[in-house]
Amino acid sequence: MPSRRRALLVIVALCGLALASLLVALAAGSMPVTPGDVLLALAGGEGLAAEVIQGLRLPRAIAAFACGGLLALAGALMQVLLRNPLADPYVLGISGGAAVGALSAMLAGLALALVNLFAFAGAFAAMLLVFGLAHGDSSWTRTRLLLTGVIVASGCGAVVALIMSIAPETHLRGMLFWLMGDASHASNPWPALAVLVAGVAASMPFARELNLLSRGDTLAQTLGVSVQRVRLGVYFLAATFTAVAVTTAGSIGFIGLVVPHLVRLGMLKLGWGNDQRLLLPASALSGGSLLVLADTLARTIVAPLQLPVGALTAILGVPLFLFLLGRQRGSGQ
Amino acid sequence: MSSPLLHADALSVSIGGHVICRDLEWTVDAGETWAILGRNGAGKSTLLNTVAGLHRQDRGTLHVGGHALPEAATGRRARALARVRGYLAQHQLDPFASTAMETALVGRHPHLGRWDWESLADRDIAAAALVEVDLADCAERDVQTLSGGERQRLAVAQLLAQQPALFLLDEPLTHLDLSHQVAVMELFARRARAGAAVVAVLHDPGFAVRYCSKVLLLFGDGEWLAGPADTVITTTNLTRLYGHPLREIGVDGDRWFVPA
Repeated sequence: MPSRRRALLVIVALCGLALASLLVALAAGSMPVTPGDVLLALAGGEGLAAEVIQGLRLPRAIAAFACGGLLALAGALMQVLLRNPLADPYVLGISGGAAVGALSAMLAGLALALVNLFAFAGAFAAMLLVFGLAHGDSSWTRTRLLLTGVIVASGCGAVVALIMSIAPETHLRGMLFWLMGDASHASNPWPALAVLVAGVAASMPFARELNLLSRGDTLAQTLGVSVQRVRLGVYFLAATFTAVAVTTAGSIGFIGLVVPHLVRLGMLKLGWGNDQRLLLPASALSGGSLLVLADTLARTIVAPLQLPVGALTAILGVPLFLFLLGRQRGSGQ
Repeated sequence: MSSPLLHADALSVSIGGHVICRDLEWTVDAGETWAILGRNGAGKSTLLNTVAGLHRQDRGTLHVGGHALPEAATGRRARALARVRGYLAQHQLDPFASTAMETALVGRHPHLGRWDWESLADRDIAAAALVEVDLADCAERDVQTLSGGERQRLAVAQLLAQQPALFLLDEPLTHLDLSHQVAVMELFARRARAGAAVVAVLHDPGFAVRYCSKVLLLFGDGEWLAGPADTVITTTNLTRLYGHPLREIGVDGDRWFVPA
């Protein structure tokens, strides 16, 4: 595990990466802006460039950063909670619930704000449903939680398919973009960013207890962790982060699964193991930076056309994940 | 005279409707080494789990290091309990990669505050524990590449780093070769001589006689027998315990037991 000083150094470096990625996102686009003008615009400058940056690119970049960070953080927490490296924020059906909510609202032709509200309500309902069902007899085993989540997720998938099959053609494109994940309609990203900052701050005091939890409930409990309480907290934190991210930018795939693994891989290369005190903030920062860059790519690569960033992260994420899986097998597991 | 590290009064434990012990009276003092013997499914591990705070008793009182169980096993008091008693599980889990050193350092958790990071002193304690279990060369190895026996010794090192006064060991000799079986038993015997107490679930009565001063027999039907190893471990008692006739063999003053 890293010393506190080295962990701080890594965090500072990743903060630098995050700022750099935001700067790239603000400067790049159909109207290129120099970094100097970007800073000028952020400082409250006026003119066309400033308007584009303040009104369009900044909210979108902040939304991408917040969602990427939240998804990576939620993924890292889910992997500890389910003690399974293959867990991701969507494994417990939260994104499925959000999709049912959002698509129902779109089907009814509701305004964007209401779509977001319905998405959040759907995510929250799925979170409570999974928790209620899994917690039913207070046994709360991982298998039960995982199974309940998978079942709820597939149920939601069926409802989504049903909605799309009866939806008028004109609505289908918006629905598809929502399902694939898209940061372009995020008009007010600041609440999501606030949740991200608060989320990292809320998880850090429990990070060492999460280290123990990732090594087994029995071990954690005999070393003095209130396992039930911490697991409950982790579940609701991870679920809330996922719900906020999905509400802001749809079901963006693979960030939540791959980023914690990338960070873990980097930490292993440095001779540090699976220490949540570094893994959680590092995942949040890397996930945010990665999604900002992916979103910039999504809106510039075939400009003026825009790709859904969720499809892009998945296209990049699938080979990366298969590569990681291959490496794991190679190391003799 | 200090209070006992473990005290059970009229303790009744069961699991899944199966009674493990009825009205158990049991006291473990500092300096004592106890073996728990019994056949498969007799409830040795369940009794140890109860003492560790992982399983609730049906009736009776249970005090570990002055803490009343099961109340002290949850919430904030769990950390105080973890500074008194350490528990070696039968199986070790490693879903994520980690070095042996980090795994040993996990034992320091109950001694660290919420915002503390492991200090150099903690690292020294963990390193010394790795030396004690003959794993000093493996400190930077990934736990997922260790052999079964090495992993078991690493779990012992983690427990040593925890520095409890009461060691609860569930089959500590699992996966170990003969020389390491002896080394681990001697290591815990040294801890007992230094003032700790050890309770170990064992399968070999010979090891129990050789390394343990006291023994608790669980007959599997709620009956139990506790006392000095010398007098409680007899062929008659062991034959009843295992449901199979045993023969005693004396070698240089040591008593060993083999199936007849």
